[in-house]
Amino acid sequence: MKPKALILLAHGTNRDHDAAEALRLAGADPEIVPLNLLRQGRRRFGDYQMLVLPGGFSYADALGAGKLLAIDLQAYFSDQIQAFVVSGKPVIGICNGFQALVKSGILPGRRAASPALADDRHPEATLTFNARGRFECRWVTLKPVSQTCLWTRGLADLITCPVAHGEGNFQAVEADRLKEQIALVYVCPDGSPAHGAYPANPNGSLLDIAGVCNPAGNVLGLMPHPENHIHPWQHPLWRRGASAMSGLPLFENGVRYAAQL
Amino acid sequence: MPFYRFLVCPALPDNPRAASLLSDARALGFDNLIRIEPQDLYFIEGQLSPDECQQLALSLLIDPLTQSVEWAALPTGAAEPPPGAVTIEVALRPGVTDPVADEIVRAAHQLGWAGVRHAATGFRYLLHFEPSAQVDDAALEVLVERLLANAVIQRWARGEIEPIFPIEAASSDEVEVLRLRGLGDEALLALSAERRAALDLNEMRAIRAYCEREGRDLTDVEFETIAQTWSEHCVHKTFKALIEVEDAGRRYAVDALFKTFIRAATEKIAAPWVLSAFVDNAGIIDLDGENEVSFKVETHNHPSAIEPFGGANTGVGGVIRDVLGVSHKPIANTDVLCFGMQDASFDELPAGVLHPRRVLSGVAAGVQDYGNKMGIPTVNGAILFDRGYAANPLVFCGTVGIAPRGLHVRTPRRGDRVVVLGGGTGRDGLRGATFSSMTMDAQTGEVSGSSVQIGNPIVEKGLVDVILPARDRRLYTAITDCGAGGLSSAVGEMASQIGCEVELAHVRLKYPGLAPWEIWLSEAQERMVLAVPPENLPALQELCALHNVDWMDIGEFTGTGRLVVRYHGRVVLDLENEFLHHGLPQRRLTAVIGERRESGLQAGEQHPKVDCASILLRLLAHPNIASKSAIIRIYDHEVQGGTVIKPLTGVQMDAPSDACVLRPLGAKGRAGIALANGINPEYGKRDPYRMAMAVVDEAVRNLIAVGADPARIALLDNFCWGDPLRPETLGALVQAARGCHDAALLFGTPFISGKDSLNNEYLGADGQRHAIPPTLLISSIGVMADVTDALTMDLKAAGNWLYLVGAFDPTFGGSHFHLVSEGGHSSGGEEAVPLVAEITPRVYAALHAAVTAGLVRSAHDLSEGGLAVAAAEMCIGGRLGLDLTLPPGDPARLLFGETTGCLLVEVEPAQVPAFERQFTGLPFLRVAKIITDPFLKVNNNDLLFVLPLADLVAAWNTPLQP
Repeated sequence: MKPKALILLAHGTNRDHDAAEALRLAGADPEIVPLNLLRQGRRRFGDYQMLVLPGGFSYADALGAGKLLAIDLQAYFSDQIQAFVVSGKPVIGICNGFQALVKSGILPGRRAASPALADDRHPEATLTFNARGRFECRWVTLKPVSQTCLWTRGLADLITCPVAHGEGNFQAVEADRLKEQIALVYVCPDGSPAHGAYPANPNGSLLDIAGVCNPAGNVLGLMPHPENHIHPWQHPLWRRGASAMSGLPLFENGVRYAAQL
Repeated sequence: MPFYRFLVCPALPDNPRAASLLSDARALGFDNLIRIEPQDLYFIEGQLSPDECQQLALSLLIDPLTQSVEWAALPTGAAEPPPGAVTIEVALRPGVTDPVADEIVRAAHQLGWAGVRHAATGFRYLLHFEPSAQVDDAALEVLVERLLANAVIQRWARGEIEPIFPIEAASSDEVEVLRLRGLGDEALLALSAERRAALDLNEMRAIRAYCEREGRDLTDVEFETIAQTWSEHCVHKTFKALIEVEDAGRRYAVDALFKTFIRAATEKIAAPWVLSAFVDNAGIIDLDGENEVSFKVETHNHPSAIEPFGGANTGVGGVIRDVLGVSHKPIANTDVLCFGMQDASFDELPAGVLHPRRVLSGVAAGVQDYGNKMGIPTVNGAILFDRGYAANPLVFCGTVGIAPRGLHVRTPRRGDRVVVLGGGTGRDGLRGATFSSMTMDAQTGEVSGSSVQIGNPIVEKGLVDVILPARDRRLYTAITDCGAGGLSSAVGEMASQIGCEVELAHVRLKYPGLAPWEIWLSEAQERMVLAVPPENLPALQELCALHNVDWMDIGEFTGTGRLVVRYHGRVVLDLENEFLHHGLPQRRLTAVIGERRESGLQAGEQHPKVDCASILLRLLAHPNIASKSAIIRIYDHEVQGGTVIKPLTGVQMDAPSDACVLRPLGAKGRAGIALANGINPEYGKRDPYRMAMAVVDEAVRNLIAVGADPARIALLDNFCWGDPLRPETLGALVQAARGCHDAALLFGTPFISGKDSLNNEYLGADGQRHAIPPTLLISSIGVMADVTDALTMDLKAAGNWLYLVGAFDPTFGGSHFHLVSEGGHSSGGEEAVPLVAEITPRVYAALHAAVTAGLVRSAHDLSEGGLAVAAAEMCIGGRLGLDLTLPPGDPARLLFGETTGCLLVEVEPAQVPAFERQFTGLPFLRVAKIITDPFLKVNNNDLLFVLPLADLVAAWNTPLQP
């Protein structure tokens, strides 16, 4: 049985088809589900084995990227999402999905052991404006560093994929206590540390953080788009022989995990 | 009702927004500013307790980790500016689209603060000047209007600004009757001018005759509808005019440029894979037998001149709707932008014109905002600079779409409902179609403020989410977008055969108080009109609810052949379709074509000695040639996952691709498309005929360079010209249209869509007219059977050979060499611009055969800057050196002269015999060997110069900041 993946289509989500393609290739059975269908009760989170919050510009990034979608998640689905997270099923938020997970307190989620959706007045972390002050689309190199995170566990190879965001600068209140939850970091193309330097670290994120997971390791949020490197010809240097489809293993990890739940 | 004011400040004063504002201020010459602190303002009208205000501020308006907030009830009274700083506050004019404000009201209600009635947004700037600076009111006003606020859409104040919310005006049902019967010529013209209708005497007489025939006068709704329908923008009357041409002593007539040159070329070529040309909102070609792709390019020049962000933003939104209007999913955006020189001084700009720097940054941000938020990759374009664009920037926006074949429908049936999907209707964009058909002057911004629309891409994203499944479920029988002319044009076109009745009272308004003609003509964005059989309404309604899309049923297609519009039951428009759509008298215009000026050096003649190395570096750094990465990277070119050849390529991903290659999701196998363009105003100034030939060639050649099939290329034409009533201007247009025709036939590349934007002129306060250089954009789309055949332009490996293929005939006429050479060499500007050689299509066919046979490792076209720039760019791409040997002749001409029809092609030594066999009987030359040493070495008989690769990279990466 292929695990069923719920791909949440919010008002302004736009990388839903990209995520669906990646999950399909990774062996899942993805369904793009408009948020209102969940509100109407015609779909339920619990009927799926995986949850994907894809990239886009929910509510046009008004009042801060992911903020208004986070309010939707809290207002409409707080219990369902908490149950999903606590059950240990794989959840991934990419780009705008990551922003919504952070702004709703699901990530980093240390306070979320109980109430899953933490107090939004005193968040642990945020994704703020890129250090260079503008949206940027470029290919980056990521190093998977977490063995706790079910999405990155056992991934030995670097991931190359694009970033495309203006608010991806990860900042946290008590960074030291987050170290265990760092899942992916930006590195130089040869794998050496970026040390915060542009363009390897494209947005000025603290500790070169590209993705973080919750303490349990089943919820991953990341700014880059591994779903846009799942075919060999997507790599910018494929005409020079580079080809890895290195975005795919991350999704395969998640799908494999969901399949054995 | 109480008002509250919320001030949001960044926690760190040294934030990127502050830095970028300061750098803009410096670039515009405001040197006495030492710091600018930008802050955000929100105004809320409603019943809120202090505790609710506090909660709302903290949980909705700020990011607690990076921002702080303070709030107060209005008027706050106090608000002393911090010592040493000047406070400027900026807010939108009432009625200007403010999507953030709408979201605040929605989210506040969602969170339980039902007392919130209205919201508005604004900015606050604390300006810190040098202590010695003398900043009087006049100087401050200049600074604010040049840097911080645009009076077209914004108000500003020193100190605290008062919020203004849309006024709840009483509904207006005012319909004016305009007397036309019996009016004399002068009165007719006065009426046209008074209503800014841009109709000439013949047209006004035709309307008067219609009135006399029908025995009545016209309502304002009817008159405005005719004016929009007959506008240059909507009906392209210059391209349909009968033109008397005086051509170097010969006289002849051209009966419609469009029919004679553009459509004729398509008909003569008769390509079976062209599925729709000139009929629909976008041209359509076959992709892979199962899917079709559409392509449309529009201009949005006048709006971008007065409000760069909104103008470009809605330009992108509009062309996306064109593709939705053929029931296609938008898969790629293109944008070609022309600006005045970025280092222009304010003294050299005509009064009332925004600085070209500000136009560029606003336009780029507008393109970015709409494309990125819609999730459509922006993958191809160009940016050009010329003094002539300072008062008239050009913004060409293009969109490509895809759909399974055979799903697009275009015939409403009797009884179908007229359904409008999308945003509400306001006063935005009134008379946009006629506005874009007029010359601008310093008052244009003020008078036409209401012509400027601000986009809301998320609303349009909702339209895509509804229309594609509605198409698949065949819920509608016809569809079109609301563009220029608004409902009048969209509904009018859809009903042009069958007729319909509309009730304007059913149109959802953004705010009350609109007169019926304003509702009917409003160009409010993000709306589509569908013809929906009544039994399908519930299904469509459900789709709309799922995707937060508003819809309204405003009438019925009737089968009477008349367009009837009511307002609360009263007929306000009742026009015969035949008159509205075919009653426009053909314009009769006069064109004069002068002798082509050719003097100075002739081809082959020795050019005065120049320092070739220094010229090359100057060319690489010229704004037209240098890297556009600062702008390319603010566009998402990866979303949808189909971008195979990206705008920037090579080892460091910083070299310019000739074209983009896409493999759209849903295409069969590895089928895909390539997109490129050709544009050259320098040639346009000198020889419009040769310019047109050359830009068609360039648009085609760019596709050949990435491996597209020359037998499957279609073209789009976009003419941007000055006032066609001037015979010389029209003469140049005739020549360019003829050039399009001849080039299309030469290459067998049909036109599938096109547009023209005329009257790109600005009347300065001194009475001087500022016209743009004659500018023709050719956009090209090519089909590729297998995208993995695609080539990039970066050199691949040392030891490979570089060939120059094509009829190499370098000339200095209109060359960029001429632009960067100092003094003495200007005679090059008088030479003829390059002609396209007859043999060129055979060269492209041979190269394509070599590419599909796997004989080619990289290819790059020779364009601005000639052979030297093309070779340097390939070095930059591969971070490899070249040892280049010139053929006999003047080295400057060979290196920098410009030619059509030529490419540089990299071939491995083992493939040399097979490659050369492909070119038997065709012009080719082995010119260089690729070397590991990081140098570009150029030899003629001796070593001419050696330039380190690092110098080439540095020159090419001369920054162009958006």
